[in-house]
Amino acid sequence: MITRRTFCKQALLVAGGTVLPLAALELFDPRRLLAEKEEGAKVRWVFLVDTHKCVGCGFCVKACKIENEIPYDAHVSRTWVERYVVTKDGRTLIDSPGAARDGFTSSKIDQNSAGMVEVKDEEIAKAFFVPKLCNQCDNPPCVQVCPVGATYQTADGVVLVDRKWCIGCGYCVMGCPYGVRFFHPVYNVAEKCTFCYHRLHKGMKTACVDACPFGARQVGNLLDPDDPVTKVITSERVSVLKEEYGTKPQVFYLGLSMEVK
Amino acid sequence: MKNHVWRPLYIALALVAVGLVARYLLVPPDFGVHERGYMYGWHRKSNEKEWEAVRVKYRTGRSCIPCHRDKHDDIRNSPHAAISCENCHGALLDHPKDPVSLEINRSRSLCLRCHARLPYKASLRGSIKGINPETHYPQAECMMCHYPHNPKRPNPKREVRS
Repeated sequence: MITRRTFCKQALLVAGGTVLPLAALELFDPRRLLAEKEEGAKVRWVFLVDTHKCVGCGFCVKACKIENEIPYDAHVSRTWVERYVVTKDGRTLIDSPGAARDGFTSSKIDQNSAGMVEVKDEEIAKAFFVPKLCNQCDNPPCVQVCPVGATYQTADGVVLVDRKWCIGCGYCVMGCPYGVRFFHPVYNVAEKCTFCYHRLHKGMKTACVDACPFGARQVGNLLDPDDPVTKVITSERVSVLKEEYGTKPQVFYLGLSMEVK
Repeated sequence: MKNHVWRPLYIALALVAVGLVARYLLVPPDFGVHERGYMYGWHRKSNEKEWEAVRVKYRTGRSCIPCHRDKHDDIRNSPHAAISCENCHGALLDHPKDPVSLEINRSRSLCLRCHARLPYKASLRGSIKGINPETHYPQAECMMCHYPHNPKRPNPKREVRS
């Protein structure tokens, strides 16, 4: 017969054993820990957009399309510029004619079925431009939904698509909350901004950053504390798009307004 | 045990073997979990090199200076100094080998990208000098009066053209 004392002892032993995770029994090798600490990622590419400086010239979109071989007249683009016109009676009109490849040369705002809307100068409460591109999220939903491992994140944080591996199911196009993915009209596979991966690896900046005359777009390494982009992100008031989605976007904006979605 | 009992097991084992051989032949050896772990790093490693190998087309304005120093000096101290040569003249590619010459874009639409007046005071656009393209000499090329490399000067070719 079991005594109360042995029952309590054994019950405590079993309870203790079940809450103890297996990992707690692992013996750490100090050399491996040191290697993990030192050989961790040294580069994390991030983007900084200053919406105050953007004038909507669209040179970034033109340069991106040519640099990355996106058919020039196809209605798809890896990056685009949006115009926001907020009127004094509280309406917000948004457009991006042809992804703003040829810039904004008219005050008429394309409102699809409502036609071209002209807003009088004195009715404008505020108006500005917002460049958009892939946010290269730290938690990329587009990568999570890929059923074949065609889209992935590199060690330096850029999300790429393997054109040979993509089966064109379109889950990632639907999964991206920022709408940056589309099908490439020539290769018929998912396509997205690569932060000009080929240029970054040659020590250059992205084509859109080099094309911007006003410094509205900047690219930098978040893990380098001396990088001018890192300094702005860590010391100034920056915001990201759709933070509530938990995607941890890595394109930071200066001067974002609440109308921007 | 009788043979007919074992036969389905052999078939099942053969199917598994065929599957394993097909997987070995079809999946590239570098396909697997890489730096970003199982959730984000599952890919064909050599694809990163394929993206790095994309040809650079825009080689930045610095590449133009050795041959076109006169143009560089022209634009350097003008309000247009920040505009990259390639924005108006096209991607450099392997110029002057390929293409031999780049475009000289004289279209109004190029200038209007910045200089069509839009009264957007919340952005830098509102403080750029602008025109209404429908009323400001709509038939004329901007270059007939304005010198694009230095808009503060009138176009030196102005008299010749008119």
